[in-house]
Amino acid sequence: MTFQAPIGSSLPRDRAKRLLAGRGRYIDDIALPRMLHLAFVRSPYPYARIVAINIAQAAAMPGVIRVVTAADLEGVVEPWRGTHNLFPDMKVPVQTALATDTARWQGEAVVAVAARSRAEAEDAAEHIVVEWAELPAVSDAAVALDPAAPVIHQDYDGNQAFTAAVSQGDPAAAFADAPHVVEREFRFNRHTGVSLETRGLVADYDPTSDRLTVHQSHQTPHQQQDLYARLLSIPEQNVRVICDDVGGAFGLKHHLYPDELAACAIAKLLGRPLKYVADRLESFLSDIHCRDHTVTARMAFDAEGRIIAMELDDLFHAGAYSQYPRSSVAEGNQIIRVSGIPYRHDHYRAETRMAYLNKPVLGHIRSVGHPIACAVTEQLVDLGARALGIDPVTMRQWNYLDDTDFPLTSMGGIALEKLSFQACLDRALERVDVDAFRAEQKTLRDAGVYRGIGFATFVDLTSIGPEYYGEGGQHISAQETCLLRLEASGGIRCYTGATDQGQGIDSGIQQVVAGVVGVPVSDVKVNSGDSELCPVGGGSWGSRGAALGGEAALRAGRELRGNILNIAGVLLQKAADSLDIRDGEIVDAESGAAHMTLDEVAAVGHFKPYMIPDDVDADLTVTARYASRGRMFLPANGLHVAIVEVDTDTGLIAFHRYLVVHDCGRLLNPMLVAEQVRGGVVQGIGGALYEEFVYDGAGALCNGTMADYLVPMAVEMPDIEVEHLETPTGTSELGAKGAGEAGTTGAFGAILNAVNDALAPFDVTLSETPLTPTRILQALGKI
Amino acid sequence: MTRAVKSVAIALKVNGENVNETVPVRRNLVDFLRADLGLTGSHVGCEHGVCGACTILVDGVIVRGCLMLAAQADGCEVETVEGADATGRIAKLQAAFHQRNALQCGFCTPAMLLTAAALLEANPAPTREEIRDQLSGNFCRCTGYQAIIDAVADAAEAGE
Repeated sequence: MTFQAPIGSSLPRDRAKRLLAGRGRYIDDIALPRMLHLAFVRSPYPYARIVAINIAQAAAMPGVIRVVTAADLEGVVEPWRGTHNLFPDMKVPVQTALATDTARWQGEAVVAVAARSRAEAEDAAEHIVVEWAELPAVSDAAVALDPAAPVIHQDYDGNQAFTAAVSQGDPAAAFADAPHVVEREFRFNRHTGVSLETRGLVADYDPTSDRLTVHQSHQTPHQQQDLYARLLSIPEQNVRVICDDVGGAFGLKHHLYPDELAACAIAKLLGRPLKYVADRLESFLSDIHCRDHTVTARMAFDAEGRIIAMELDDLFHAGAYSQYPRSSVAEGNQIIRVSGIPYRHDHYRAETRMAYLNKPVLGHIRSVGHPIACAVTEQLVDLGARALGIDPVTMRQWNYLDDTDFPLTSMGGIALEKLSFQACLDRALERVDVDAFRAEQKTLRDAGVYRGIGFATFVDLTSIGPEYYGEGGQHISAQETCLLRLEASGGIRCYTGATDQGQGIDSGIQQVVAGVVGVPVSDVKVNSGDSELCPVGGGSWGSRGAALGGEAALRAGRELRGNILNIAGVLLQKAADSLDIRDGEIVDAESGAAHMTLDEVAAVGHFKPYMIPDDVDADLTVTARYASRGRMFLPANGLHVAIVEVDTDTGLIAFHRYLVVHDCGRLLNPMLVAEQVRGGVVQGIGGALYEEFVYDGAGALCNGTMADYLVPMAVEMPDIEVEHLETPTGTSELGAKGAGEAGTTGAFGAILNAVNDALAPFDVTLSETPLTPTRILQALGKI
Repeated sequence: MTRAVKSVAIALKVNGENVNETVPVRRNLVDFLRADLGLTGSHVGCEHGVCGACTILVDGVIVRGCLMLAAQADGCEVETVEGADATGRIAKLQAAFHQRNALQCGFCTPAMLLTAAALLEANPAPTREEIRDQLSGNFCRCTGYQAIIDAVADAAEAGE
């Protein structure tokens, strides 16, 4: 199947022009009449009982309209539990918008102050006196699972929340008999998304019509509409969630946050608009975090270097509660599903255990579980290569699944269509002369300069299908619907349930509609991010927006095109299938001769419908839906290659090259896909080298500012070469797979392997991220 | 016990327009521009001078709008992205950013443009390293920076 331009063209984005002029509309840019501002009193302790709250002084302060505790919200907002029906044994405690009698992480919201300005709300918050009874906190997953550890949810008899395991073949026997086994313990420390625009919303409740409108910096407006309707007992048709410009999201903005729900509840309580925007410290204390996994893993090889078996044990935690509405199982569950996936082997066992403890909720951030699965697998492959004296490239070539293996179900139970591991490596080797690098590496080592090359092959489980959350019991749409409306002037309005936080999903959908209908891209205006106007859809998460929203757009575009040609056929007294639409004109399909323009067709369709016989399909507003069946994911794949230099005196790491060969099937816009990859890589570099929440022994956060929590900045980042391969999925007509997380997925593994290759002369292996100078120098025995 | 927040009258020029306002002495400049004047193109990301999203010009020099009080801007000339956009001063940078897709969510973008424009004014033909160095105080979580560096280099070539 081929598609006409602009599908596949590297066009710039419409939305960008507004943002470049400072005309974006982010949450804190919104001001409504009578709007109040909210500030929270948050728990200073990781775990403490609330003995008493004294609000008297604060309530009397200038500008304060209302001080709200959990007791005030009883009957206004329901509590919730982050369950998942596919994991019925998971322990899931009840969570509330404001802490009731106990705070379970440092930063949990306890009291809210609504005032005429944020400054006045903060002034008053400082004068609320909470009497606390501090409890012994649990801040480490291994400690949490110790039977002697304090239990943080008294409804349960321990802190173990969930376990899951996969087993194929006979891994125990395979390891017992294997000529070569490599084993490591890995540690992936905790970080988060750090969107530059923090979480925030403006909630506007009108009691006369029982109507709630929420402007929110969020990825999933329809999901929020459903949640607010149910938890605040408002008819869903009266709830509207608008996500206009969103200043970065990266997964941390597709959840329900207690403070945001409290803001909506207080707006309902007060009957007037209310703004809450997290400040940076609040973000670090209360955004969803990710990683914080300890993984023990081993891989068995035969005498020639072929992988026989892999085993993995993952230990992580959910923080204090299960993330809502998706639940917190996925980081662990993805790790046990995806590890080892690019490689042929017959024996596999993987297990994950999840604990509850006294830290912020941990869950879904860009590339859920995948970077860990990739890094563990790829480091084991490199260790195997080193143990057997085989080059890492050859090791991969020998062990990759290839075209003769597909389709297959992976050891972790993932259905794989044709993927392109070997082709990605071939392309990388065209770009990177590994032999020349090795020669240079040797020469440089003699001069005391340590460079290394790291490869990381990855599979990305993109565009999740409806079964996972459908069977899980969550109201999360994994299908997409597109609505197209041909205006009388010939322009097309498009409404999608996918959303765009800057990735360019709007643009991809716009290009699909333009290409399928046959109009210039400038004739298509995409509207997204409004739960009232747009058809129900899932928004953007899990690398899904363009692939699923694009397929729905293709279907809607084809229907609209058909109806346009039906009308044209009647007007021209020609068979509709003898006509085509090209560049906005109705032309003869064979000769290309122009017959009439789109606005002439539209004018008849809208204003002279009596000219069209009743039996002709002539709707100029059409919708089409794409719901995949029988597939859990659209797996995409690729390869990262990092070349780094490690300064063995300072422990600093510098990049010399970074290449990603990426295959996400059909490319709707290669430039935008490449930019997703680059941004993802740099976020991965952040997790691999810099970003780490540091807690003291009592579970108190030590680095809650952007001066202390390090993120990648321009000066340290490499240019990133991106190569595209296209192996379309056969499960949709468009053939696109997701692309948003691929950059992050492979970065940890490539960098770990490159650093370890660089440090090979010192006979050290690092398996903990981030690879800080301290860790490098400790490994080298220098500190 | 709490004290009443003092206010002070200030007179300044913002984007070429005369502004006379009374502001609480504790209000920082970027909050004043955003909340009092509606100039929401300058953004607030960290409120302590690290992320760079609030970058504006005061008397021709790029500064962090969150590290300066509005009261300190009395008598100054302030320019925000809205002003730079309106005069066309950053038009080539804007065009290059658009073509290169040097922005995704756009939250860091106004500050990036003003910071890059300051570089090109001082150094019309910067190397990539010089561009990276100049932008090293502006956090972008989306792009990975490369497209921004490319765009600034393009604008330099186009003679911004």
